[in-house]
Amino acid sequence: MESAASVLRKTPLYPVHRESGAKMVPFGGWEMPVEYSGLISEHMAVRTAAGLFDVSHMGEFEVSGPGALAFLQRVTSNNVAKLVDGQAQYSALPMPTGAPVDDVIVSRRAADRYLLVVNASNIDKDYRWLQDQEPTGCELRNRSDEFALLALQGPKSQEILQGLTSLDLASIRYYHFATGTVDGSEATVSRTGYTGEDGFEILVSADRAEPLWRKLIEVGQPLGLVPAGLGARDTLRLEARMCLYGNDMDESTTLVEAGLGWIVSLDEAKGEFLGRPVLEPQKKSGPPRKLVGFEMVGRGIARHGYPILLKGQGVGAVTSGTFAPFLQKNIGLGYLPTAQSAVGTEFDVEIRGRLVPARVVPTPFYKRVK
Amino acid sequence: MYPEDLRFTKDHEWVRVAGDRGTVGITDYAQKQLGDVVFLELPDAGRALKAGENFGTVESVKAVSELLSPVAGEVVEANAALVKGPEAVNTDPYGAGWMLVVKLAEPAAVAALMDAAAYKAFVESESK
Repeated sequence: MESAASVLRKTPLYPVHRESGAKMVPFGGWEMPVEYSGLISEHMAVRTAAGLFDVSHMGEFEVSGPGALAFLQRVTSNNVAKLVDGQAQYSALPMPTGAPVDDVIVSRRAADRYLLVVNASNIDKDYRWLQDQEPTGCELRNRSDEFALLALQGPKSQEILQGLTSLDLASIRYYHFATGTVDGSEATVSRTGYTGEDGFEILVSADRAEPLWRKLIEVGQPLGLVPAGLGARDTLRLEARMCLYGNDMDESTTLVEAGLGWIVSLDEAKGEFLGRPVLEPQKKSGPPRKLVGFEMVGRGIARHGYPILLKGQGVGAVTSGTFAPFLQKNIGLGYLPTAQSAVGTEFDVEIRGRLVPARVVPTPFYKRVK
Repeated sequence: MYPEDLRFTKDHEWVRVAGDRGTVGITDYAQKQLGDVVFLELPDAGRALKAGENFGTVESVKAVSELLSPVAGEVVEANAALVKGPEAVNTDPYGAGWMLVVKLAEPAAVAALMDAAAYKAFVESESK
């Protein structure tokens, strides 16, 4: 235990988390706060006011040079050519099988300079994967250690952040970003998130993270801002039906099966990319199985890995499941054969040896009122 | 919080004895470790339990935990109100958060469980 704990990495905000009494857990090789005041109260604060998350464990790669666009078109699934400066895009790094090495956000800083934000637990794997695809005419740099990333999420986010920055936040549209100063430090502010709420992700140099965190809490507290941990982040993203890599999709599920066909571009400008020969026919005529959202009908909470049975026959497993604090229901995601995946389909989840009925429902489970 | 009138187990359950009845729940330390409790499964009255036997499940948003009986005996009553409102496990673990009343098979065996001082020392050694 001792040696395992000592190899866990820490973000620049680690001392702040300890100081605030957060419950710390290992996550993807990092020691991260899972909750501060309580998961449910943090979840509700993000839905009704705002929450501040440390997501500095996520990785940042820069791809720059005249060949950057062509390289990214080849290794990602979405159409990078659609981006303009200051715009971001949800995408993935598909393997030839059509399954993702990771899901990523691609931001266009300039025509020849892009930033990829990748999952913390996949930083080393992604970097090796991208190197193996032989970037030509561009340079790939892992800049993860240089940055801290703070996610300010919830309906009060803009009001809280606007007082600290010269940027006009109202002019930053969803999945766009701008660079300016926040609390006196250079920062990139993007209107993105993983909660289903309006909000911003603020990228700053690692040494600026702590003063910025403290300032945001100070300014935001009167408006209901609370620090929020990975626990609430997970329940918030699940209510909004956002996939978690390693749970809902991994190297054994194609992007189309995971319901991510919308980030698989078959545009003419996109051209060939890894996995296209598998993904294109699946996108056109449907995959053999599909990730669906469900609600428990019987009493019980479905958890990752619990078997799914259709008429007594094992057909798959739950990939994510939780009590949904805002919806006050037990919800989850799991794979079903496409032919039996329609909304309203009833099936069973095996919970500790007992079959508990569940039903396919439309997703997202939660959608904010704009 | 280590009430003096309770006995405790290493699995973080407590029992309060009155005559031949024992009331059972989980400790304040256990509820803090779990986080917000949202689901509870308890046995029906009449079920015979051995000491250390699994009698149900408590789930927080993030974790599933088995409940182990600190005592042997027959379940007289399970806390139905707690099944409907399991958050009382967090807010009042030694009061409204009670889970079972058991008719004790061996009332004398309770003396072998930890008292408040011993349990406090145990928790402090575990959380180091």
